Amino acid sequence: MRIHFKTSYDHDIRLFPDLWSFGVYAALLVIAVILPWLMDDFFLGEVTNVLIWAIAGLGLMLLTGQTGQASLGHAAFLALGCYSCIIFMEQGWPFLIAFPVAGILTGVVGTIIAIPAIRLHGIYLAIATIALSILADDIIVLLDPITDGVSGKFAPMITIFGIEIERWTTPDRFYWLVLAITVLCTLAYRNLLRSPLGRAFAAVRDSEVSASAMGVHIARTKAAAFGLSCAITGLAGALMGFYAGAFNNETFSIVISITLLMMIVIGGLGSIHGAFFGAVVVAFLPQFLSMAKDLVGGSSVAIPGLETGVFGMILILFILFEPMGIYGRWMKIRIWFELFPFARKDMFKRQKSYLKTERLR
Amino acid sequence: MSQLLEIENATLKFGGVVAVNDLSFSVKEGEVYAIVGPNGAGKSTVFNLISRFYDPYAGALRFDGQNLLARSADAVADLGIARTFQNIELFDHATVLQNLLVGRHRHRRTNMVQEMLFTPKVRREEERHRAAVEDVIDFLDLQPYRDKMIAGLPYGVRKVVELGRALASGPRLLLLDEPASGLSVEETQDMRWWIDDIRKQMGITVLMVEHDMGLVSGVSDRVLALADGAKLAEGTPAQVQSDPAVIEAYLGTGVV
Ligand SMILES: Nc1ncnc2c1ncn2[C@@H]1O[C@H](COP(=O)(O)OP(=O)(O)O)[C@@H](O)[C@H]1O
Ligand SMILES: [Mg+2]
Repeated sequence: MRIHFKTSYDHDIRLFPDLWSFGVYAALLVIAVILPWLMDDFFLGEVTNVLIWAIAGLGLMLLTGQTGQASLGHAAFLALGCYSCIIFMEQGWPFLIAFPVAGILTGVVGTIIAIPAIRLHGIYLAIATIALSILADDIIVLLDPITDGVSGKFAPMITIFGIEIERWTTPDRFYWLVLAITVLCTLAYRNLLRSPLGRAFAAVRDSEVSASAMGVHIARTKAAAFGLSCAITGLAGALMGFYAGAFNNETFSIVISITLLMMIVIGGLGSIHGAFFGAVVVAFLPQFLSMAKDLVGGSSVAIPGLETGVFGMILILFILFEPMGIYGRWMKIRIWFELFPFARKDMFKRQKSYLKTERLR
Repeated sequence: MSQLLEIENATLKFGGVVAVNDLSFSVKEGEVYAIVGPNGAGKSTVFNLISRFYDPYAGALRFDGQNLLARSADAVADLGIARTFQNIELFDHATVLQNLLVGRHRHRRTNMVQEMLFTPKVRREEERHRAAVEDVIDFLDLQPYRDKMIAGLPYGVRKVVELGRALASGPRLLLLDEPASGLSVEETQDMRWWIDDIRKQMGITVLMVEHDMGLVSGVSDRVLALADGAKLAEGTPAQVQSDPAVIEAYLGTGVV
């Protein structure tokens, strides 16, 4: 068991609680950076896919896990980020400008859309945002002159200071680019969590009345959460476009929205780790299933909806047995080892919680 | 002493129920003012009016001469009004420390972009907020719970954390809705000393709703008795307790 002797408030404020965890994350980063030399191009591509999903997961996590606002409309923001980035680049903008501007644009549009949605709660918000996912498809088709509608678009080559980056011809460079963006998004998320706005998000999620009694402007805070969430999602969408190489009106469908939401629930709502764990599940599940099918010798049989079905099953099992997701399970295992052999069986039982009502009496 | 909080002819109806009925009272700077009354008398509703959760049907609310009705709920905190809730309203999936730090929200001086980059200013501000929160933790003896999640804490501790969150905001006026309800005799005793110290050492004005007449007479300067949303009696604790109208209202409820 690690015991922290804290000698200044800075111990709680800084990014890593102790030298050990700093070491772990530093080692993880080093491995991530040298990964292209350790893996073949196929697996590097898969890891790149995990990272892109993780960025999208961070985006939705900020809104749903952190601020408590469910959204099934995030496929629309993936699409907006993707299309705007690539359209800007087609106008001759360099990637380094087109990419962040696409993120900001998606964030601004997300904030504007959030304004009417802010009054809705829980399931009603989720239902209202479904409309966005469905509308996105139609809008892309309607805007054919700009978006090339059903025939779709091809992602151009990325050039950064003369270095050409492309998913197929230079998978290592594309991986490093995605890795850098992942690290930046994670740092920004982590920084928010340790500052007033991140705490205000959690306050809005857990109790709107007391948040506003403490001076948190509910609508503004939710709008900020929507904006940030959509901006990060937009960045992930652009990367998805480059990763896929080609995309059209059907690429970012409602299924992607649902997958994204399931992903962060399975990973663990409200934690950065959860976005990454969930991304691993989403990205590797199809591979895992096809390997399993090979094992039972049914590789030639196509089972429609198998992936979605298995995914749904996993989700239900998690909601029933581990609502804190993979991250929650991981924490428990870690604490068990740290305390070994002193862990008690009922250690993770929650104190009975108290009835909470919407009434203020 | 000047009037800090003034309620003038406030009326609030919920459908057919008149929860607050043409009620007027004022709280002086530096005093502890208690509101008593049977369940459903409208005590919590008065708090919710001050917090601006509800718009009064009629009447005026002023804090330090400023019109409260011109403000939204979050802007009430900026004036230096903090509160607790009858049914504890904490941020359950956050630690005690994080809950208290939300209390500092009205002192936020940084914006979203600075916070995402965690600029030196954000760090300095965080240290300042932390120092203020640590003072509250020391005052309320919350050290053992600093990094605990609210969801796992016993009721009595939650009650104290909620008081702490309100204090962390550095208020001028503290609204306590039944601070001792559900507490043990010892915990109620602690609460009494804290309320005394809050007033005497920190100079914070306290407006509280409480059923425990021992606590009310122990700490408050003046008491307002409320029944059916209207004023029944006002005065020192002894005066109110011996008021015939109050005794009448409480007959059968067995509270006094
Ligand atoms: N949000 C609300 N909607 C409808 N009626 C309410 C609401 N809040 C309070 N009331 C009613 O107003 C009256 C006063 O309630 P309240 O202020 O909670 O009483 P107290 O705190 O004195 O026990 C009660 O009759 C209650 O039913
Ligand atoms: Mg009440």
